Amino acid sequence: MSLLNYTLRIADSSLISGQRLAEWCSNAHTLEEDIALSNIALDLFGQANILLEYASDLDGKKTADDFAFKRNEREFFNLKLTEQPNGHFGDTIVKLFLFSSFNFLFYNKLSQSKNENLSAFAFKSLKEVKYHLKHSKSWIVRLGDGTKESNKKVQESLNSMWEFTGEFFEMDEIDIELNKKGIGVNNKSLKEDWNNIINTTILESKLKRPEDGYMQTGSKNGLHTEHLGHLLSEMQYLQRAYPNAKW
Amino acid sequence: MSENTNVWEVFIQSKNGLAHKHVGNVHASDKEMALQNARDLYTRRNEGSCIWVVKSEYIVSSESEDGEAFFDPSNDKMYRHPTFYNMPKGAKHI
Repeated sequence: MSLLNYTLRIADSSLISGQRLAEWCSNAHTLEEDIALSNIALDLFGQANILLEYASDLDGKKTADDFAFKRNEREFFNLKLTEQPNGHFGDTIVKLFLFSSFNFLFYNKLSQSKNENLSAFAFKSLKEVKYHLKHSKSWIVRLGDGTKESNKKVQESLNSMWEFTGEFFEMDEIDIELNKKGIGVNNKSLKEDWNNIINTTILESKLKRPEDGYMQTGSKNGLHTEHLGHLLSEMQYLQRAYPNAKW
Repeated sequence: MSENTNVWEVFIQSKNGLAHKHVGNVHASDKEMALQNARDLYTRRNEGSCIWVVKSEYIVSSESEDGEAFFDPSNDKMYRHPTFYNMPKGAKHI
């Protein structure tokens, strides 16, 4: 049961992140970036798919699609950061950068998991996430070290998303149990490397690191911001309106 | 497209050792963006192992009105093709 829950947490963050990025499709400022964001969204859907298939094996009853399309907000365990609205391009890039910098370190550790499904998944996905990090980082630097206006906007984005980064390093009973078994990652141990990535990027992009203030929490228990419900109503519309519809 | 973006020509090498082949172009404001955009547009289906991007303004092209002077003179010079030599027996890789 813990393993199923743990798997869903990782799957859900990818799925919800992918859904948000997919909202950019046909809306980005250039055709090139439009395709770049959609590519990343597709990578994330692919990651979610692998894990939801695994979750389906663990569960024995529900299919991967059931997990994606027939759960309510309280049954989703994605990081709160991933469900935040896209805002302007700077907001999206900051979100993607923060999420990818964490995921890069997380998958790196998860690829050493004793659970072969999780380690194989992490090993494969790490390559994708490396690119997501590279792409979002170069945009952070470009915008931060760009014009006065772009620096101001991306700094505001960073400030407003900062409260969602506390969840990256939380450890609840499930995390502790699976980490003891050599299956799960000790999220706290990622903090130092994450600080390094963030600080180097912030320095390079002439931004200021926000102060650690109030940090959001709750997604591990299915508690979310109001934005997730709206996202799900769109993502799940078809399966809700026409149950079991197939292509 | 803003005034800060340029057009870059994209060349993809499909396999190690082969020549880079022109595949199209992208818009970008710096070389890193050009490379990433090229990656995202032109290598989504496993097309390449290496990418070159070059600002289009640095490519010098012959003009079509020079076509006659440039290319017609080689039309009737068959002797420039290496087809008049006898291949030595046993030479496999010529």
